[in-house]
Amino acid sequence: MQYSFLNLVRQGLSGHQDWPAQWRSPEPKTAYDVVVVGAGGHGLATAYYLAKEHGITNVAVLEKGWLGGGNTGRNTTIIRSNYLWEESEAIYEHALRLWETLSRELNYNVMYSPRGVMMLAHNVHDVQVFKRHVHANRLAGIDNEWLSPEEAKAFCPPLNISRQLRYPVLGGALQRRGGVARHDAVAWGYARGADRLGVDIIQNCEVTGIRRDINGAVEGVETTRGTIKAKKVGVVAAGHTSVLMAMASLRMPIESFPLQALVSEPIKPVLPCVVMSNSIHAYISQSDKGELVIGAGTDVYTSYSQTGGLHITTHTLEAIAELFPTFRRLRMMRNWGGIVDVTPDRSPIIGTTPVPGLFVNCGWGTGGFKATPGSGHVFAATIARGEPHPIAAPFSLERFVTGRLIDEAAAAAVAH
Amino acid sequence: MLLIHCPYCAMERPEIEFRHAGEAHVARAPDPSQLDDETWAEFLYFRSNPKGVHAERWRHVHGCGRFFNALRDTVSDRLLVTYKAGEVRPELPPQEHSR
Ligand SMILES: Cc1cc2nc3c(=O)[nH]c(=O)nc-3n(C[C@H](O)[C@H](O)[C@H](O)COP(=O)(O)OP(=O)(O)OC[C@H]3O[C@@H](n4cnc5c(N)ncnc54)[C@H](O)[C@@H]3O)c2cc1C
Ligand SMILES: [Zn+2]
Repeated sequence: MQYSFLNLVRQGLSGHQDWPAQWRSPEPKTAYDVVVVGAGGHGLATAYYLAKEHGITNVAVLEKGWLGGGNTGRNTTIIRSNYLWEESEAIYEHALRLWETLSRELNYNVMYSPRGVMMLAHNVHDVQVFKRHVHANRLAGIDNEWLSPEEAKAFCPPLNISRQLRYPVLGGALQRRGGVARHDAVAWGYARGADRLGVDIIQNCEVTGIRRDINGAVEGVETTRGTIKAKKVGVVAAGHTSVLMAMASLRMPIESFPLQALVSEPIKPVLPCVVMSNSIHAYISQSDKGELVIGAGTDVYTSYSQTGGLHITTHTLEAIAELFPTFRRLRMMRNWGGIVDVTPDRSPIIGTTPVPGLFVNCGWGTGGFKATPGSGHVFAATIARGEPHPIAAPFSLERFVTGRLIDEAAAAAVAH
Repeated sequence: MLLIHCPYCAMERPEIEFRHAGEAHVARAPDPSQLDDETWAEFLYFRSNPKGVHAERWRHVHGCGRFFNALRDTVSDRLLVTYKAGEVRPELPPQEHSR
């Protein structure tokens, strides 16, 4: 059912009892044209664009838990495109443009809110790096501007710009088109959109093996709900990528780390934008419910446990309390972790693999939510055509052998 | 926070005294210029990243300063055993990693 004012009124007349389910829960068929492993935002967007843009509708998205229950539903939803390298600018800006019209595209309110993302500089190195980013971005036609400490405070009044801080604010880089979106709505909107186009979303269905024919090409997957045949399989499993690729005897340039976040009790609107600090590993925004959403750096060791050490979040809260003294007395309500897939250059891997018919989209690490629409869009094209979409091409797995890394790691250290 | 047994100090100390140093037993070739690009990339970037028992290096930076190895279950984060650098990876009794 199309969501519209008219349908809202109609459903209101029957006490909102007759809204249809947003997607079906079909039994898996024995074969599909394409199987996507992982119903996070990226996997669901991939399925949506396969159906919408390439007319491939005989598609299943297999999810071991519930859709959107991985990093998509655990992230702090920061969206921006002011990355340093041209390859990154291209893909993150591609995504940002899709964000701008996504609610209309999906007929689903993803609550994209371009309230501005401000990245703070605390030392000479930060100032130089951020100014370099500002210049690089402007050359690429991407908005990013330098703010003095006073301008930063004017843009974000609760910010403490005293020179007495352990890490004083020396300025900031502001991307006004950056912001946040509602993470669950992104997963749900793509799920509903894909389902309406005929895609089967199959939850509680863990992929346990990748079947290959005598020539080594993919012929399907083993799952906890039986064998499902497909000549093309796209793995979009974030922190579990290494585990899945090992099923096809492939090793990956990836390590999985816990990344934590936490939210405070809800308060009245106080923080008008997103504030990030790479140097002190903290970032903060305020949700529409009024909770302050706070994120940290990753834990130090690899893990699949979806938890992390309390000392990491304590460190983050200390930094936040120094930057925003008024937040000191807030109580924190919830703290959780997700498992992020980190590559050596902190850039994603999108494309083909040495196994014919097996495609992979991973390595988004701590910062892939912002890329969800763009990632799904170029990955769908890659699967449909059997060769990388031009925007995806530089993010190949081969770059680790050729040495053509896209080194956002050196550029940002923390990249959300 | 993990409690980590440093095999040199012979003491269990909190995680913040240590620095994680990546997968263990990844040996650098004696003459990298002899390697082809695949093998060099494998050494530099490709990791096993297992869901289960992981052999990893730690460094006791705020203690003795030395590197050592550990086996840790990446599902429970439980440290199973630590051992000195240069020692072979210990065999675990079968039940050890299903706890
Ligand atoms: C705490 C935290 C904060 C973050 N903050 C930001 C931020 O502010 N901005 C930003 O841009 N990014 C952020 N990120 C990163 C972002 O969340 C991810 O990069 C992005 O959501 C990845 O999306 P995905 O769809 O690839 O992964 P996921 O949503 O994790 O989806 C992968 C899915 O695969 C499923 N799966 C795994 N193995 C199997 C299997 N064997 N069979 C079937 N299904 C399987 C999983 O259950 C999961 O649902 C953050 C991440 C975390 C954890
Ligand atoms: Zn020691």
